[in-house]
Amino acid sequence: MSAVPVIVGYVLREALRRRVFAVVLILTIVFLVLFWIANHYVHSELGKLRVPPDVPVDARTFASAFLSGLALFATMFLGVVLAVFLTLGAVRGDAERGLLQPIVVRPVGRSTFLFARFLGAVAVTAPYVVVVDLAAVVITGVTMDWWPDRIVTPPLEVAAGVAVVTALSLLGSVFLSSTANGIAIFMLFGAGLVAGLLGTIGHAIGSTAIKHASTVASYVTPFEALYQDALRQLTASTSGLTGFLLQLGPFGGAYVHGWPVRLWAVAFFCLVGAAALSGFRRRDL
Amino acid sequence: MPAALAVRGLAKRYGTVEALGGVDLDVTEGELVGLLGPNGAGKSTLVKIACGLIRSSSGEAKVWGAPAGSRSARRALGYLAELFRFPGWMSADELLTLHQRLSGSTGGERERTELLELVALREARGRRVETMSKGMQQRPGIAQALVGTPRLLLLDEPTSALDPVGRRTVRTLLEELRSRGISVLLNSHLLSEVELVCDRVVILLAGKVVAAGTPAELARARGVELDTDGGKRMVDGTRDDVPRIVAEAVARGERVYGVRVLTSTLEDVYLEAVGGETS
Repeated sequence: MSAVPVIVGYVLREALRRRVFAVVLILTIVFLVLFWIANHYVHSELGKLRVPPDVPVDARTFASAFLSGLALFATMFLGVVLAVFLTLGAVRGDAERGLLQPIVVRPVGRSTFLFARFLGAVAVTAPYVVVVDLAAVVITGVTMDWWPDRIVTPPLEVAAGVAVVTALSLLGSVFLSSTANGIAIFMLFGAGLVAGLLGTIGHAIGSTAIKHASTVASYVTPFEALYQDALRQLTASTSGLTGFLLQLGPFGGAYVHGWPVRLWAVAFFCLVGAAALSGFRRRDL
Repeated sequence: MPAALAVRGLAKRYGTVEALGGVDLDVTEGELVGLLGPNGAGKSTLVKIACGLIRSSSGEAKVWGAPAGSRSARRALGYLAELFRFPGWMSADELLTLHQRLSGSTGGERERTELLELVALREARGRRVETMSKGMQQRPGIAQALVGTPRLLLLDEPTSALDPVGRRTVRTLLEELRSRGISVLLNSHLLSEVELVCDRVVILLAGKVVAAGTPAELARARGVELDTDGGKRMVDGTRDDVPRIVAEAVARGERVYGVRVLTSTLEDVYLEAVGGETS
């Protein structure tokens, strides 16, 4: 296992030299600036908004929670982009380029190599997701004077979701070329988002079949289930019509949540990791 | 003492294609064995199985008694792939540092300097790999294979991208390694190079060994060239027949100016063994 920090350092330096971090940093700054501008304008518009006295809706909570949900989604998306680009060619891609063979003939186990690649990616994406999401929370908190009901656990859950995507990307890298793996993972990520939106639509129109399909799809893509669970925690204590309306929105609707989802995500992660290790051990390089 | 590399009945199939069909091969301590064969003969497959990069379909390969691919087998070998690449942003020195860490070598700066000197890269140790020509990149490649002082070196086409001077450097290096007792399996297309440095040659064709032996054993006698006052002519015979051939010519009243025993070159042996087969 002493090779783990060596490989992690190698992966991070490779990413640094290929300007992966520079691109993500620029995208993140652009996102946070745009997010601040959005908060600023929403705050201005809220001042002009007059909610009828007989409608028990807290407009500021609704708008702020909606924006926080949007930030959570954007953070997850950026985290997934980072994770995928750090891992999409970890095995087959690097083997095809002739980069992998000189490393794996060393007395470094293949499982150690794969674990180190995962750790290298998560060591970057997890702090990234947490820091960016907390920055977004601070922007909303300062601009809108609203703070989520849970501040720390939502970004942690999203970071866990990104870790699941990282494991999937590593599994894909064992069998697929870099391009095919990148496309497959982003399509899977998109499918997860569709599952979440499907749940929102199903609840809005009261369709049991759509709600059921959404639940199954969310379990098949547990990173989406973790995102929904994180989303729900933003407004865990928000009730009444405001809470109901948030559940109808794309950045508030969360129908798969709680410990079953979290435990399933851990089990899913273990299964994906085991499949990746087994596939890599059998793979001819 | 076990052989540096012992291969018994090694077979590998890719679907319906048989890459290796029951190969037996030994590389003993300090021996330099050349592996020859046309493209697709199974040479790289054999080397990759020995490294643990590919799993065999049947048979076994052992490195110093340990199953190929096991941690102890990998600890004992150095490998240069035919198609390799190193991160372009790394310098030769950084590359060796990475491989020292991965192999657990404690050689440090001294080992790196020695290896870079061995491949004539000492002056360019800080130069990035991406700024080196393909041929020059082969040098840090060979140096990284030697990190940790492996007891068995597996070289897959190490001179394919080198110019004549570079090839000579590698040849000298191989002789130096042999003198240190390091066993080498050299996979190469360059027959002259193999003939010059290898103790033994193994020729593969369609995944099977079709010829094996020392270059001298493989080089068969092609006759004796007799240079007389009547001109040059070929006479059947070997080195042992030379005194008789000369005596008979003199007895016939011929004046003998020169005698040359002709043997087939490794190229002749190779072409005969593979029957003109190519990729």
